[in-house]
Amino acid sequence: MKRIYLDYAATTPVDPRVVKAMAPFFTEKFGNTMSLHSFGQEAKLALEQSRQTLAGLINAKPNEIILTGSATESNNLALKGVAFNMPKSSRARHIIISAIEHACINETVKWLSRGFEVTKIPVDKYGMVNPKDVEREIRPDTILVSIIHASNEIGTIQPIAEIGRICRERKIYFHTDASQSFGKVPIDVKKMNIDLLTASSHKIYGPKGAGLLYVREGIKLVPLLHGGGQENGLRGSTVNVPAVVGFAKAAEICKKEIIEESKRLTILRNKLVKEVLKIKNSHLNGHPVKRLANNTNFRFDFVEGESLVMRLDLEGIACSTGSACSSFKLEPSEVLMATGLKPQEAHGSLRVSLGRFTTEKDIDKLINVLPEIINSIRAMSPFKNK
Amino acid sequence: MAKNNNNKICGGLYTEKVMATFKNPHNYGKIKNADGIGKVGNIVCGDVMWLYIKVAENKKGEEIIKDIKFETFGCVAAISTSSIITDLVKGKTIKEALKTTKDNVIESLGGLPKIKYHCSVLAVDALVEAVYDYYLKTKGAIPADLQKKHEIIQKSKEIIEKRYEKWER
Repeated sequence: MKRIYLDYAATTPVDPRVVKAMAPFFTEKFGNTMSLHSFGQEAKLALEQSRQTLAGLINAKPNEIILTGSATESNNLALKGVAFNMPKSSRARHIIISAIEHACINETVKWLSRGFEVTKIPVDKYGMVNPKDVEREIRPDTILVSIIHASNEIGTIQPIAEIGRICRERKIYFHTDASQSFGKVPIDVKKMNIDLLTASSHKIYGPKGAGLLYVREGIKLVPLLHGGGQENGLRGSTVNVPAVVGFAKAAEICKKEIIEESKRLTILRNKLVKEVLKIKNSHLNGHPVKRLANNTNFRFDFVEGESLVMRLDLEGIACSTGSACSSFKLEPSEVLMATGLKPQEAHGSLRVSLGRFTTEKDIDKLINVLPEIINSIRAMSPFKNK
Repeated sequence: MAKNNNNKICGGLYTEKVMATFKNPHNYGKIKNADGIGKVGNIVCGDVMWLYIKVAENKKGEEIIKDIKFETFGCVAAISTSSIITDLVKGKTIKEALKTTKDNVIESLGGLPKIKYHCSVLAVDALVEAVYDYYLKTKGAIPADLQKKHEIIQKSKEIIEKRYEKWER
């Protein structure tokens, strides 16, 4: 059976062009970027060229890009780095995030909450943050606002530039987790008043194990990893050159194809949404228009998400769910709950995320098998007659 | 859904027996005029299981579970344990049926991931509650051990509901 991958928001396959770009850095150009000899210097050159490419994608300067091991690490570095840099005597100890952040932001602020106060900005039923709410919650002791650019679950794209402007006016650092939007949505850190930005390699057809944090020139952070002075002292560790080269190649391809690919995916996405919503008692989660071109998130009444995902998997189709049963906490997705859904509604969610290798045929297959699967799960549900 | 995919590997989460049961569950649906209904689970956790039983007497005059059906909203494990409990107790005397443990359920499925063990508990509890409901409807007195089991189930239900209060609206 041909398998169909529709979980690009989870991770993506590495583009063959990226694999090719990475290959020499495993066996030939394997040097340590900190070495003085030619092996080290060719690795260093590749690192700096990669940094320049990555910076170019968001209109940053190369020296504003810190390469990390993952988006999770970048988010940790942004939040803890800013928080720890506050002098102990400082009374500024307030952080603002949204109610729909990724776990790595939520867990980081939860951990920081022993010394910092955290405010979560609610979202509307589409998962949208109102910049006015951010403005209202800013206090004299606020040090940082962190709002996810595009939701990993429901794809909603936030008014980042507007929030950035508000923070800049108040001289408060503004961080955005752009793991899902980097390479898919045009980003200009200068125009959008972004101080810190997280991006990930494996969401854009690059290898796993590479991320970046954009840190606007002049902002001081405390590193998470102290070591040999790599990445301007902000991230000790021998640089994973093949991964960085792959990340940069992936970004370069995205930059070249961003407009065409976005158009193509939007057409596929719209078709999928239109067809799936023909199923009785089905709904679209997230914003109808202001969402990532590759993201759809549905919910089906009286259907539990894990069952649905596994049934689709048996048909060779890979998707994901925000159901509690699929999470280690056995609680429904906080993101979906934040949009005002009831637990049983959140349990019935299905995220279908498209990507570079998704064809119309793939979408048709899903549209074809989904109604029958939904019916058979509903036939077993005690809630169907309510 | 009668396709035969028994040898297909569905990742490292569930055993083939679980997946086979999930694909072709037995005895699902409602029993009209059921003699007892057991409703367990919590929608916040994502698993709700209803068991319907029809009781009859065998030649010895013992009460047996003549028919049993389930309606479940839940994950792969919840649907599989629902199906398995119906297979395990159908035709048995109530006395025998109530001896079914969560370990019997887990073993019959060739194992469950630890995080899903509660689904096996759910199946056993649903049966207890269905029998309790039957006794409540048909007899004046509830056997002491059944009463005790029922109270434990209700108590843990309360604890879970309390824990998830924040989600209720």
